[in-house]
Amino acid sequence: MSERARLLIELADDELILGWRDSEWTGIAPFLEEDVAFSSIAQNEIGHARALYELAARDLGTDADALAFDRAPAEYRCAPLVQLRLVPDWARTIARHVLYETADAIRIAHLKESDDAELAGLAGKIEREEVYHRLHAEMWLDRLGAEERVREAVDELWPLALGILDAELRPALAERLGRPEVEAVERAAPGAEFAELWNEMTMVRRSAPVGAQW
Amino acid sequence: MIWEVFRQERKGQSFVHGGSFHAPDEAFADAYAREFYARRQESVALWVVPREEIMEIDEFPDEFDLKYRRVDGYSIKARLKEARERVGSTERARAEMPALPASERG
Repeated sequence: MSERARLLIELADDELILGWRDSEWTGIAPFLEEDVAFSSIAQNEIGHARALYELAARDLGTDADALAFDRAPAEYRCAPLVQLRLVPDWARTIARHVLYETADAIRIAHLKESDDAELAGLAGKIEREEVYHRLHAEMWLDRLGAEERVREAVDELWPLALGILDAELRPALAERLGRPEVEAVERAAPGAEFAELWNEMTMVRRSAPVGAQW
Repeated sequence: MIWEVFRQERKGQSFVHGGSFHAPDEAFADAYAREFYARRQESVALWVVPREEIMEIDEFPDEFDLKYRRVDGYSIKARLKEARERVGSTERARAEMPALPASERG
């Protein structure tokens, strides 16, 4: 797999799985307005995943659906941070949201500077939506950041947040959040919690008759 | 805290009341207003106002029936449109009415 395809798949897997995890709040978020807003963010992330898979699929001679749903669980490259099932813990959800959006901002900004015009263009499009995800994350952090539960959750998830980024981008994340760069929890073959999500996520796809068009 | 939203569909048009929502402060109100009233480009601008900041006036004495002083001409465009629609719907209704049997025709 080319370096470009690896990058695209990692990014797309992060966005897809985070989108799924965030969408687990649909219907049960702390209040109605937030339910709509957070579900919409989840939907945006899945939209970003789709666009990224499409680019990768062209390089790999497949299609976006096949990349999203037809791989074995062990082939997914998503970072441990996005795999965690956090419902019904809103404090940890907000901590992850803040950490992920901050890391993602650094990653997307880096991609925008890429010599690869297609990649840079897509990064620009994604960034225009991510701006609002960051505002959303920041307003929640302003509101809850002083709470013990949120502070503990940020501490707990910090090594996982570093794992979102390639090693050379990690110092920027540490600096932006004013935290020491500790040892990151790296991407690895996903564990049991992910297998359960994968099962749910691909169930309809796997049960569809061969050749079904959606 | 309840916020009222007024939305403008196209540049130059009047802002029209769109609805309301709960948000604890301005940052949340900003995020939710965008989410509910502009996510699909259905508005070009929004006014988002705390409900308690709106002065509502709804009692008007009319002891001497001063309706004749009304300057209805200002809203003539909307009134004309309304009248046309009214006439249009009466004509349509008349056209769709079943013919009366000969014995009942006047």
